[in-house]
Amino acid sequence: MRHIISILMENESGALSRVAGLFSARGYNIESLTVAPTEDPTLSRLTLVTRGSEEVVEQITKQLNKLVDVVKLLDLTEHRHIEREIAMMKVRVAGGEDRAEVMRMAEIFRGRIIDVSSDTYVVELTGDSAKLDAFIEAMRPFDVVEVVRSGVMGIARGDVALRL
Amino acid sequence: MICPRQRFPRGGWIRCVHQEIETVELTGAEIFARCLQEEGVDLVFGYPGGSVLHIYDALFKQDQVGHVLVRHEQAAVHAAEGYAKSTNRPGVVLVTSGPGATNAVTGIANAYMDSVPMVVFTGQVPTSLIGNDAFQEVDTVGITRPCVKHNFLVKDVKDLAVTIKKAFYLATTGRPGPVVVDIPKDITADRCPFHYPKSMQMRSYNPTVKGHPGQIRRAVDLLLQARQPVIYSGGGVVLGGGSKLLTEFTRLLNFPITNTLMGLGAYPASDRQFLGMLGMHGTYEANMAMHHADVLVAIGARFDDRVTGNVAKFCPNARIIHVDVDPASISKNVKVDVPIVGQVEPVLRAMLKELRARERRPDADAMEKWWKQIDEWRAMDCLKYDRESERIKPQAVIETLHRLTGGDAFITSDVGQHQMWAAQFYGFDKPNRWINSGGLGTMGFGLPAAIGTQLAHPGETVACITGESSIQMCIQELSTALQYRLPIKVLTLNNSYMGMVRQWQEFFYQGRYAMSYMEALPDFVQLAEAYGHVGMRIERPGDVEGALREALDMKDRLVFMDFITDADENVYPMVPAGAGQNEMILL
Repeated sequence: MRHIISILMENESGALSRVAGLFSARGYNIESLTVAPTEDPTLSRLTLVTRGSEEVVEQITKQLNKLVDVVKLLDLTEHRHIEREIAMMKVRVAGGEDRAEVMRMAEIFRGRIIDVSSDTYVVELTGDSAKLDAFIEAMRPFDVVEVVRSGVMGIARGDVALRL
Repeated sequence: MICPRQRFPRGGWIRCVHQEIETVELTGAEIFARCLQEEGVDLVFGYPGGSVLHIYDALFKQDQVGHVLVRHEQAAVHAAEGYAKSTNRPGVVLVTSGPGATNAVTGIANAYMDSVPMVVFTGQVPTSLIGNDAFQEVDTVGITRPCVKHNFLVKDVKDLAVTIKKAFYLATTGRPGPVVVDIPKDITADRCPFHYPKSMQMRSYNPTVKGHPGQIRRAVDLLLQARQPVIYSGGGVVLGGGSKLLTEFTRLLNFPITNTLMGLGAYPASDRQFLGMLGMHGTYEANMAMHHADVLVAIGARFDDRVTGNVAKFCPNARIIHVDVDPASISKNVKVDVPIVGQVEPVLRAMLKELRARERRPDADAMEKWWKQIDEWRAMDCLKYDRESERIKPQAVIETLHRLTGGDAFITSDVGQHQMWAAQFYGFDKPNRWINSGGLGTMGFGLPAAIGTQLAHPGETVACITGESSIQMCIQELSTALQYRLPIKVLTLNNSYMGMVRQWQEFFYQGRYAMSYMEALPDFVQLAEAYGHVGMRIERPGDVEGALREALDMKDRLVFMDFITDADENVYPMVPAGAGQNEMILL
């Protein structure tokens, strides 16, 4: 099953590689990983998406908790939560017909065109991973130059919170 | 034996600044020495080099912290491990950057697998050169990351003291383990005021000490319902100082108990309730009792594959209680019914208290039947061997050693057949007496570990039980042993084979002995003498006892005993890899 695990950890060099190293050393998989400092600059918040049976995910959370740099973690999938990912896509738009069609697609998916050049558009899109997948699939007929995805981040709904 | 502390002349000027710590600035190297003094470190095992010269200079100028010079950095770490395992105090290692650090990695990985409290200091190139592929530069923090409890790179002299404090705190609390502190050379020259924190708290690290009271009650409920119980205890009991309480607990319940390889000595081997070691080369009675148990109490043990065999066939009828300080060890390999996270000692204390408060005791009839069954398994005499042989049987050497030392020696071992025989035949009645490489299985561990053990216990008998192959992996340490006049007794069970490899090749590869025969062995007697020690070669069974007596009587000399043993001897019983515990090969 797919799990989204959010981790608060010490904002120290090497902390990220401890998490990444744990996954490779123990044969767990990481689908996506995103990390940035929090409003408290001594802490980073890392969100990772992994897949595994209940036993494996239990081991993953235990092993993560065991890392000295990890302060606290939350398996968002155990709670009601919101997940978001951002994607940016560069599309070659040769003629007027393409331009109109790409704009229409972006609109349907509630995306925005954030850069325009003589023959490219950059479309920005936010949503859960499935929505991004669907958009990328829908854009296949066009000349897609490159796609960049942020990886998943998430937050629990209601009173549940990951904080010190 | 020479005290390594006397190797440094008396200096004392560092002590002079002791009163004025707030105002006087010290160099990083001086701070390093002061931190070790504050931690009460009496011995550091190490080897100097370019990046740690300032530190060695600072150690030279003081006389509280002694230093033991090894001949290879791997041995420094193993020696520190011998020191740590035999005292339950942290081992301390100091090596230089680059090859100093990489040589230490095997030792660090070994200490990590066996949860040994240890702090390893590695020199590093100056901060300005880090990342430049400088001379003797390696990414020590990167290389050691997967085999340490935690590691640090110190980038500012102001962080040095607090980092060292953290290192000792992490190494010795919770589930112990090695912590590496990488110190660039410029940091050891930079200056700042010295202040050593009295205590340490980390928001990201709060190991559980006491067990959950509800879980302890549930565990006791289960214990009292048991009809065919077994206690299975491991290295955690030795490391956690829980041996006394474990003995009390086991006797109160009259349960049979088995120890893992790492846990030997936690319960007296000479006691009637002790079933011997369990696992791949465990006794028939221990493995059969495990297989038929209805309640299993695992204490400070981690369900290693060498213990469980095939997990699908492991303890099929047992409900399992598992006490461990590391939550990640619980339900990792085998799903358990009553997990208790906490240190062995307080948890056992709480369980004993709870047990004493109950009037009920386990069903006496059921227990009698269970003990009768166990005695039948015992009657198989699974450790029997040919005592009339004309060749020296390795088991006989160890039994004789046990008899002559009253079972009270510190025994280190290397890895292989001799290790298993030592575990089976030297019945340990006390904890911290059995020092071997369990998790990583590092050949070459035994001699340096004996050095650390002997230094920690100057008056005691320390014997290294080894084989002709293992001993050659750290043989250079005979030189260290001479430098400090350590009267270690090295018992080499020489069968000219990597015995355990040979045994597997005999059992599972139809006797194709690929590369397991040790050709061109040195003359160990001459080799020992070349290193300044006493060498003996023993070839006949009738000479074993006399030679051992003679060696043990030489209280001030290292004696290297080369026992020429029966090359065809195998370790029995054996649970083949992937088999169930009850599927043993017996002699």
